[in-house]
Amino acid sequence: MSDYTRTHLQQLEAEAIYVLREVAAQFERPVLLFSGGKDSILLVHLSRRAFWPARIPFPLLHIDTGHNFPETLAFRDRLVAQMGVQLLVRYVQDSIDRGRVVEERGPTASRNALQTVTLLDALVELRADAAIGGARRDEEKARAKERFFSHRDRFGQWDPKNQRPELWNLYNGRKAPGEHFRVFPLSNWTELDIWQYVQEQGIELPSLYFAHRRDVFSRDGTLLAVSPYLPLLPGEKVENKLVRFRTIGDMTCTGAVESTATTVAEVIAELAAARTTERGTRADDRRSETAMEDRKRQGYF
Amino acid sequence: MAGDLLRFTTAGSVDDGKSTLIGRLLLDSKAILEDQMAAIERASRSRGDPYLDLALVTDGLRAEREQGITIDVAYRYFATPRRKFIIADTPGHIQYTRNMVTGASTADLAVILIDARNGVVTQSKRHGFIASLLGIPHIVVAVNKMDLVDYRQEVFEAIAAEYRAFASKLNVPDLTFIPISALRGDNVVTPSPAMPWYDGPTLLHYLEHVHVGAGRNLVDFRFPVQMAIRSHPDFRGYAGQIASGTIMPGEEVLILPSGQMSRVREIVVYGGTLAEAAAGDSVILRLADELDVSRGDMIVRRHNLPLVADRLECTLCWMSEEPLRLGAPYIVQHTTRQVIGQISTLNYRIDVDTLHREPAATLQLNEIGRVLLETARPLCCDPYAVNRATGGFILIDPSTNNTVAAGMIRRAAQNGIVAFQPPRPHSSDVAWEEATISRAAREARNGHAAAVLWLTGLSGSGKSTIARLLERRLFTQGVQTFRLDGDNVRHGLNGDLGFSPADRQENIRRVAEVAKLAFEHGAVVLCTFISPFRRDRDFARSLIPAGRFFEIYVKCDVATCEARDPKGLYARARRGEIPEFTGVSSPYEEPTAPELIADTETRSAEEIVEEILALLRARGILRG
Repeated sequence: MSDYTRTHLQQLEAEAIYVLREVAAQFERPVLLFSGGKDSILLVHLSRRAFWPARIPFPLLHIDTGHNFPETLAFRDRLVAQMGVQLLVRYVQDSIDRGRVVEERGPTASRNALQTVTLLDALVELRADAAIGGARRDEEKARAKERFFSHRDRFGQWDPKNQRPELWNLYNGRKAPGEHFRVFPLSNWTELDIWQYVQEQGIELPSLYFAHRRDVFSRDGTLLAVSPYLPLLPGEKVENKLVRFRTIGDMTCTGAVESTATTVAEVIAELAAARTTERGTRADDRRSETAMEDRKRQGYF
Repeated sequence: MAGDLLRFTTAGSVDDGKSTLIGRLLLDSKAILEDQMAAIERASRSRGDPYLDLALVTDGLRAEREQGITIDVAYRYFATPRRKFIIADTPGHIQYTRNMVTGASTADLAVILIDARNGVVTQSKRHGFIASLLGIPHIVVAVNKMDLVDYRQEVFEAIAAEYRAFASKLNVPDLTFIPISALRGDNVVTPSPAMPWYDGPTLLHYLEHVHVGAGRNLVDFRFPVQMAIRSHPDFRGYAGQIASGTIMPGEEVLILPSGQMSRVREIVVYGGTLAEAAAGDSVILRLADELDVSRGDMIVRRHNLPLVADRLECTLCWMSEEPLRLGAPYIVQHTTRQVIGQISTLNYRIDVDTLHREPAATLQLNEIGRVLLETARPLCCDPYAVNRATGGFILIDPSTNNTVAAGMIRRAAQNGIVAFQPPRPHSSDVAWEEATISRAAREARNGHAAAVLWLTGLSGSGKSTIARLLERRLFTQGVQTFRLDGDNVRHGLNGDLGFSPADRQENIRRVAEVAKLAFEHGAVVLCTFISPFRRDRDFARSLIPAGRFFEIYVKCDVATCEARDPKGLYARARRGEIPEFTGVSSPYEEPTAPELIADTETRSAEEIVEEILALLRARGILRG
């Protein structure tokens, strides 16, 4: 008698693959939003699994703030080559040059919010009708109610009061012209699930996720990497610390944590004992109690 | 970690302490971390709460915090060394049924909270009814706030007895009662010293140990095809997630609804093949034969077939502000298939509080009823009670694309079973059938030329009135007529289309093509369509030879049309009930060079008909 029980990781993987195939089947021009972070790297691997031995049937779209960790871009280009997938890059700098957005000023300036405009412009330009993202419901409270297939109106906006009920695994991707969907195959994964899957499948991640020595400074309780994009304020002092990143985004708002974890197993052990959530290291979420919800309404990732 | 996964839903009215219970589970299983805790403390303090408000953990969106209520299904995650848990947290209050049905659709277990002080209330029964309706195999009744009834055993026993009696009327395979205090933590994670008379498991212990396979059908192999996967040199397979049952290479299978037979050649997953696959696995099946299989088809075992039916008795839960329209077209999404269907009969509505059946003309938001579903093409399905994965469907309103209902199939209706159809030729292989009798020959026999009369104008401008009168006049003169009416085609031919610009365009494209077919058969074709967009009317004109297409602009001021409002549509559009209504919320582009302008504000329909007949005679369509 065969064993038909499946671990939670097997179930999450099967669900994500099902959702990715629904995207390929229901939409004409989907794109996969690639940030360089572990969740989007995992999405690329899951896409490979969903369509193998055929190629991944949609391109990756990277919205480049210009403030990346250099490691992110190097890793991205290697992954793209390895997977044989098409990569499209659109630059926040171009949106600034074209006057679509105005760069924030001051020491806490970040291009994080500006990305939204570049993203929405890119979706229109590419006539993308679905954008696959790596967001998870456990990340932040506004995301706990997000659908797998999340409807966006003609202006790319999300209306939390007007979302379609989602029953069983029946995802309704019907839409009017000009509207699009955000699709989140990792909705039911937690940070720990991601790391366990990375370990189980031997998936390679950027070195930033593991402990390394780096010049950092503390601002509002967050450890930020020293970079040309982030001038120091009076009183802030640079220290060289052993750190790693739990999320990877723009250098101006991704905080590091002090860590000695240099392997996936050590990261998992550290997470099991961790006392702060993953996005707790993100300065962008702390701007207000509802910072994430506000950005989502406007069409953020 | 080899732990498995339990998806459960929580139900309770606002004061039952449901949010506090979830907060307690997350807190005691260490799923709440320091920064979240700090945020909760901050929020509790700012609201002036003297104690730590665990309910704030589950309180997501700003609108909810402002109103102090939750308005949608939220998903929470926690894990213990034994198991990972996904909670579908469904709030009370408005839209309750809709939310609970949504949360319950993916759940293996339901936790129903009852306030020990209030006992079994109407809502507790409703929760049990919905859980059983959605086929949830395990129900746990958590009798909460035991601390407020001095932890008395008889209070707990009385509630359990009453609820057990009620549940015996439902289909609930497994029912468990646990006395708890979410606020104080009694019997949630750790056993309560205050209730020594209770020797059952704590809630968390129960959740960790309950058998989760009960809702999974491992007998009936059903494989809804998501998509075909092709890759060179000659790889061709069918991707999907096994809905139920198991499968091995070599087994004989049937493709539905075509009825083609084949064998499973291999089961492909990333980097290799499997010796066997089971319900829940996402795989690619390769078949021994080259067949025409595509999305929406279902692969099954030869000797274990689902229902293949186009008339089905179902239970329907209505989820939209717009009530059910009997006989109107809806899109039925079932497994990976979308077909047009309609609810042709509403047998009765079920009062979710009393379980009484009551007659009803329609279903409103949050109402549940027994209906007859008819579909344009058959569904390959099973009764929901046997197979949750192939027994559930949703209805989509084609005019808004919104999901408006959840349905559960009970059985095939009388005469509903469809015999397997032999494979039909693909439409791209269909050769155009040359008319062996030419239009000229038909025109010669008819004694008049063929033409297309295209009446355009606002709703209520008088298009149909003129066309009806005109057709009668033509008929009595022995003219072959063919009438296409905007309302009528939307019942059938164009029943899947809404009123967005794209759907309007498709609507006109189809009727223009039909008009052309009738024209080629020698008819004088009368078309009455609002057809507000110039581009679409020009398309219709482009299909017909010059001199044979007559664009007739039925002109009338929008205020006059609105005053007439023969179908009550303007009133509904003004109330916002009809989006994209021409003249109200969607534009009408006036014809720039119509063959005739028929002003119905200054002239009667009879006068206009005379004028059209004169025009047709002048242009040689009708004999003088």
